[in-house]
Amino acid sequence: MKILVCIKQVPDMESKFKIDAGGTWYAKTDLAWRMNEYDEYAVEQAVQLKEQVKDADLTVLCIGSDQVKETMKKALAMGCDRGAHIADSNASGKEPFEIAGIIAEYAKDKNFDLIFTGMQSQDRGSGQVGVLVAEMLGLPSVSTVVHFAYTGGTVQVKRELEGGIKACVTVQAPVVITCQLGMNTPRYPTLPNIMKAKKKELLTIPVADLLKVAARQETAKMYFPEKKGGGLVLEGDIAELADKLIKILKEKTAVLA
Amino acid sequence: MKILLIAESREGKLLGGTYELAAFAAKMNAESVMFLVGDDTVLPKYAGKLYLADGKAAGEYNPDVHKQLVLDVIAKENPDMVALCHSSYGWDLAPRIAYALKAAQISEVVGVVDGVPVVPVCNSKLRRDVKAKTVKSVVTLQAGAFGLADEPSGTPEVEKIAVAGAGRVQFTGYEQAAAGGVDLGKAQVIVSAGRGIGKPENVAMIAALAKALGGEYGASRPVVDSEWVEHNRQVGTTGQTVTPKLYIACGISGAIQHLAGMKKSEFIVAINTDRDAPIGDVADVLVVADLKQFVPLFTEKIQSL
Ligand SMILES: Cc1cc2nc3c(=O)[nH]c(=O)nc-3n(C[C@@H](O)[C@H](O)[C@H](O)COP(=O)(O)OP(=O)(O)OC[C@H]3O[C@@H](n4cnc5c(N)ncnc54)[C@H](O)[C@@H]3O)c2cc1C
Ligand SMILES: Cc1cc2nc3c(=O)[nH]c(=O)nc-3n(C[C@H](O)[C@H](O)[C@H](O)COP(=O)(O)OP(=O)(O)OC[C@H]3O[C@@H](n4cnc5c(N)ncnc54)[C@H](O)[C@@H]3O)c2cc1C
Repeated sequence: MKILVCIKQVPDMESKFKIDAGGTWYAKTDLAWRMNEYDEYAVEQAVQLKEQVKDADLTVLCIGSDQVKETMKKALAMGCDRGAHIADSNASGKEPFEIAGIIAEYAKDKNFDLIFTGMQSQDRGSGQVGVLVAEMLGLPSVSTVVHFAYTGGTVQVKRELEGGIKACVTVQAPVVITCQLGMNTPRYPTLPNIMKAKKKELLTIPVADLLKVAARQETAKMYFPEKKGGGLVLEGDIAELADKLIKILKEKTAVLA
Repeated sequence: MKILLIAESREGKLLGGTYELAAFAAKMNAESVMFLVGDDTVLPKYAGKLYLADGKAAGEYNPDVHKQLVLDVIAKENPDMVALCHSSYGWDLAPRIAYALKAAQISEVVGVVDGVPVVPVCNSKLRRDVKAKTVKSVVTLQAGAFGLADEPSGTPEVEKIAVAGAGRVQFTGYEQAAAGGVDLGKAQVIVSAGRGIGKPENVAMIAALAKALGGEYGASRPVVDSEWVEHNRQVGTTGQTVTPKLYIACGISGAIQHLAGMKKSEFIVAINTDRDAPIGDVADVLVVADLKQFVPLFTEKIQSL
């Protein structure tokens, strides 16, 4: 069995963001980078599937600059067999259709049985890439998956809907699955596995070899939202903060009466 | 401009976002037609043309079947834009339609400025104005972003469309969220734990504050996903929607899916180390502090009142 998992490197959302000089994206300096949270579930599910079927080869793919190799190494340490790094230093960024086009171009003649992606990225969050890859490859896809089971070519999954209701669906592999938070418990790479990961294949492919589609949208401008205001911000010594908050709650709510 | 609005229903019931689609079309000053897979006895209020596919024949959401039905309507109406809700239905269907139409898809639109869609980035800390480079475009709308000024009205002019084919993904049934346990809906005060609590042992300090205030404790999704707190205490789109007199969010960043479940609370306090956390947008008071220090001290002071 051949499995592909696509991951993205994103900044830590607690970072202090700045807009870059072009005014269309955030500045990439002074940020801490990590694996997109949704993709951790995708990697874990792919590794679990590989462990279940035993005879499987699992590739992790990531499009980005050299810096994304750090995140790919984590996926390799979690249990992926090999890495395909699509080298793209283009600071202007690609839109979801191009990212999906690159992934589909990479995957088209490789006969993957299962392709896992995150349901969305934490920074841009379009929630498009996985489903688009499937459409481009002519494969079925199921998005927002919180439960996954595989038996002899049949995939049984649960899609999460609003209110915590789940839709149970069945589909035959090959299929693309987009992974939602809570799907499993992503493992922490162990030290021996981190060492082993260093010896795994991490192939770099120039993005120009795979980019065959043109962008369909562009960011005209990026900016900070207007603060809706009104809210009071309290900072300082915590004992004083606690007293201030009690005073406010007494004035503004009935709960301490 | 003509917009095709993709309404939603589940098990014959119309879902909430349908009227926001109509509000969006109004905001765009556009002509619109609507599409629904549903039941002809439960029609949306809408003053326009509604293409209706029978929900029983089409079955519950099936990507291949619904996509084809939408494409059939597009062939008749030739809209400039297709609008869906940014929901489990909309975000699944939209890329399929966009791909078939060779159109740009702009996801989770929160506003429109001079006709240009605005979308959030990085957990709503940033915004982006996005321009489609294609003639047609597909948009999904963030829940609640386009409210309706007036009660919706009107009776749609219904044209039924035929359902064909079965699709590759087979729906086998719904699984309801586990019921029972605590009813957060009745609590006057809710203190919620977010990922900022750091470790499961710290749930106790959140529960203690809730108890001191005579309320219940809740949680954000990562805390539930990690199994530190049971699902029936989760607040948000895939948990409960609550409106207590006081909601205290401890170590919760304020993702849209969490806000959807608590922003109508009467008074909101957030305790967060990040002064820029988006929870600040809905909080009446944002206490910038480490909850591990603040919460125990605050609880003590409440107890000795
Ligand atoms: C370093 C960097 C710089 C960027 N600069 C810009 C910029 O200047 N302007 C701009 O408009 N955009 C920029 N982007 C964002 C842009 O490239 C988006 O990440 C891309 O369009 C995908 O959209 P999305 O994240 O919304 O995808 P979604 O559809 O939300 O992603 C879903 C899933 O697709 C897969 N996926 C997404 N991206 C990748 C990837 N790169 N490699 C492998 N799998 C992936 C993952 O499995 C992910 O969970 C930048 C991204 C990075 C990483
Ligand atoms: C379809 C869908 C449905 C979803 N449904 C829900 C839902 O129903 N409910 C829900 O909650 N989420 C839901 N989510 C997830 C949501 O997008 C966020 O990922 C989630 O709400 C984040 O939880 P959090 O704020 O606790 O964690 P984070 O976003 O990681 O935020 C942690 C916060 O804690 C702060 N912090 C860290 N340390 C401390 C400290 N010592 N003291 C004080 N503050 C600290 C940080 O500054 C940060 O702001 C859903 C997502 C999707 C895609």
